[in-house]
Amino acid sequence: MNGYVGTATSRVDGRAKVTGAAKYAGEFAADGLLHGFVVTATIPRGRITRLDASGALKVKGVVDVLTHAHRHPLADKDEAWKDEVAPEKGSPFRPLYDDSIKFNDQPIALVVAEDWETAKFAATLLDVAYQEEPFATDLEAERGSATEVQKPHEPRGDAAAALAGAAIRHEADYLVPTEHHNPMELYATTAVWEVDRLTVYDKTQGVQNVQKFLCSVFGKTPDEIRVISPYVGGAFGSGLRPQYQVVLATLAALQLKRSVRIVLTRHQMYGLGYRPETIEHVGLGARPDGTLDAVVHEAIAVTSRYEEFSRNDTGWAEQLYKSANSRYSHQLVRLDVATPCDMRAPGAASGVWALECAMDELANALKLDPVELRLKCYSDRDQSEDLPYTSKQLRACYRQAAAAFGWSNRNPAPRSMRDGKELVGWGMATGIWEALQMPVAARIVLTANGHAEVSSAASDIGTGTYTIVAQVAADALGLPMDNITVKLADSSLPQAPVEGGSWMAASSAHAVLAAAEDIRQELARLAVAMAGSPLAGTDPADVILSEGMIAVGSDKSRSVSIADAMRSGSLERIEKEKLNHFAEDKSHARNTHSAVFAEVKIDEELGVIRVTRVVNAVAAGRILNTKTGRSQVMGSVVWGIGMALHEEAVMDHRFGRIMNANIAEYHIPVNADIHDIDVIFVDEQDEHINKLGIKGLGEIGIVGVPAAIANAVYHATGRRVRRFPITLDKLLS
Amino acid sequence: MTDSTNQIPDRIRLSFVVNGTKRTLDLVPWTTLLDALRDHLGLTGTKKGCDHGQCGACTVLVDGRRINSCLTLAVMKDGAEITTVEGLAQDGTLHPLQQAFIDHDAFQCGYCTPGQLCSAAGLLSEGRAKDADEIRELMSGNLCRCGAYPNIVAAIQQTMSWP
Repeated sequence: MNGYVGTATSRVDGRAKVTGAAKYAGEFAADGLLHGFVVTATIPRGRITRLDASGALKVKGVVDVLTHAHRHPLADKDEAWKDEVAPEKGSPFRPLYDDSIKFNDQPIALVVAEDWETAKFAATLLDVAYQEEPFATDLEAERGSATEVQKPHEPRGDAAAALAGAAIRHEADYLVPTEHHNPMELYATTAVWEVDRLTVYDKTQGVQNVQKFLCSVFGKTPDEIRVISPYVGGAFGSGLRPQYQVVLATLAALQLKRSVRIVLTRHQMYGLGYRPETIEHVGLGARPDGTLDAVVHEAIAVTSRYEEFSRNDTGWAEQLYKSANSRYSHQLVRLDVATPCDMRAPGAASGVWALECAMDELANALKLDPVELRLKCYSDRDQSEDLPYTSKQLRACYRQAAAAFGWSNRNPAPRSMRDGKELVGWGMATGIWEALQMPVAARIVLTANGHAEVSSAASDIGTGTYTIVAQVAADALGLPMDNITVKLADSSLPQAPVEGGSWMAASSAHAVLAAAEDIRQELARLAVAMAGSPLAGTDPADVILSEGMIAVGSDKSRSVSIADAMRSGSLERIEKEKLNHFAEDKSHARNTHSAVFAEVKIDEELGVIRVTRVVNAVAAGRILNTKTGRSQVMGSVVWGIGMALHEEAVMDHRFGRIMNANIAEYHIPVNADIHDIDVIFVDEQDEHINKLGIKGLGEIGIVGVPAAIANAVYHATGRRVRRFPITLDKLLS
Repeated sequence: MTDSTNQIPDRIRLSFVVNGTKRTLDLVPWTTLLDALRDHLGLTGTKKGCDHGQCGACTVLVDGRRINSCLTLAVMKDGAEITTVEGLAQDGTLHPLQQAFIDHDAFQCGYCTPGQLCSAAGLLSEGRAKDADEIRELMSGNLCRCGAYPNIVAAIQQTMSWP
């Protein structure tokens, strides 16, 4: 590898994005394009007893109104509706399938018209009546109905007894509200109809997942449906599963034999998946010196009545902190709501917040510095399997972040630090996520002019996949990055799973590396075999690709050009496609880590909280691109600030309906909320995880941030808020 | 409601200059400027993120001022001069703000970016923002869910100091 990997390289799709040339799902044109407007339910549970579309159908320009009683056939088996990331247990939601209402804002009809204004207007004319049924949407009221679904890790020792007998004990509930992804792009699909095929431009994190799903739902073959998603305007997990608008657009296109576009409204997006409201119960028992004897973490989370969605909220202490006794459980409460889905660092963002807040409370009880307590309990092994880590530079994270933040100047007493009228609080927390990798294939087509096209069905949802793929390919092929073209997110391209879980950087990079190695071998064979070759007699294994040349590794002056070698073999192009391969390794735990330090300033009279500084030191193996990588972590910090201080979907449980289903009343951070964010990449060489030592960055940046802020708020005010978001009323009450 | 009230009213003819070119459209009166640009002129660089004036993704310059095009009916802007993100670059040369956004990685998914750019261009011509705090405050009508705010501020600062 030479020049590009590891550098601060600008995004290769930057020009397209700043000029407006980048096209998103709802922006593709088609002849005779129709526009669909979705009509959604206004009750959380029951049946549709009347759905009269006659008024809408009389509007000039309305083509049809699709309902459960008037639609093209849909698959009738649950298996057909299970996409590759659907929960194992349950019966996935089927839009317009029958008259049952399972959650508020469920789609019940699609008005299709010649233009969007007409469809939107006609949608107001539907006459709908329901038979309502009793429902429940309140997690805390229904807590007693929770049932255990998952033990992330087997219990060790007797945590209950150890907790009961501990010299210092801390136990509390921490509450995470329902949070919505709110990507800036509205969910959208443009289904372009042709007699024998559909081209579906969809907002998704996985084009092949959507393609397989549509094929099974509509009984089509892969050559009849192609899914394309070159640019995705944010997703954060919301685009892992196919969303209902892609079913409805496909349904309408097949039914009407016309091209159809559907763009959801911001309000309708609150009827999609979300981070589930969760009660996190944490119990910690310690000796006076800070040695942990007991860790108990139980999560009680929301799921729908029809699917069992759960993630690992509670297993993280098993990896972070030594304790002889531990017990973890995950329980679900089934409510009349849509199924939750993955949202940035699912499980960890919620669970580690509770754990790290509890650790802060324990440190206070022990009168220990919070960093010192964490170092005291530091675990060099994953206790659940008793495994070492492929790498774990968490100690360096604490050290570097604390130094950059100036932690040694902290007065540990709450309410002890001030800046004029504002109380100042300093808090810290640990972050952890998994370093995952998945099967991904890449194809490289090298042409004799020294240009290469690299392609894969993998997505770039703003994460920088286009750029890192170009960097890795340029280095592996010894070409300038300008000579590399990257094509992604088309279901006809080589295999890739959904982009999620922070696995795409490692997975796609190693696919590119594998395909490039095949290209190198082919070029080496040609170069060595050329008549009068300066490489004659060289072992092809010693041949490298560098600076546009094919050269002997030990003597780069002995080289031939790619063009000459390919001409000698009468080749205009070399095409290689390869699936990545990772050696199976069950002897190590694989994780990324972080240490987050935050400063808040709080107006004592008004309770207004500002997060004035955040230092996030991340150990995540090799960082492919320090520019886009830093941005990704910085964006995650912004998410963490939103989680701690702003975000909450508020349900009126009398109606089972979200009251702030828009992006003004569901608060997310705005520019004025964000101040200094310092991202430190801690050097972490990892020789075990994969060839390039890549771990992934998508999630680790958020984990730890909410707790660091909550702990800083406590330090500033002496008030411990265990219910997110920490709004000013909770400080003043 | 009678059938007659449920029909779309007649279209209205209007013209405006978009990115230097005069465009004439026949639109139903409730068509927003945003939908006129995206659906009727094919200028999809301007983004729809909420349609309620809450997110700023649809920000364009009308007669040099930044506005939310989703809160503006197209007919209200008959005769106006409109600049969208597609009109910021001149003869293939990026506007200094566009280059600064690339240099500072002031976006990830890119969806809010056209609105951020037009808003920033409006901000520069207003001449009100003098420091980072004022930029943050005056750019707070443009949401960025990827959280690129510090880089957006840095990109705007770079452009402000541009000769």
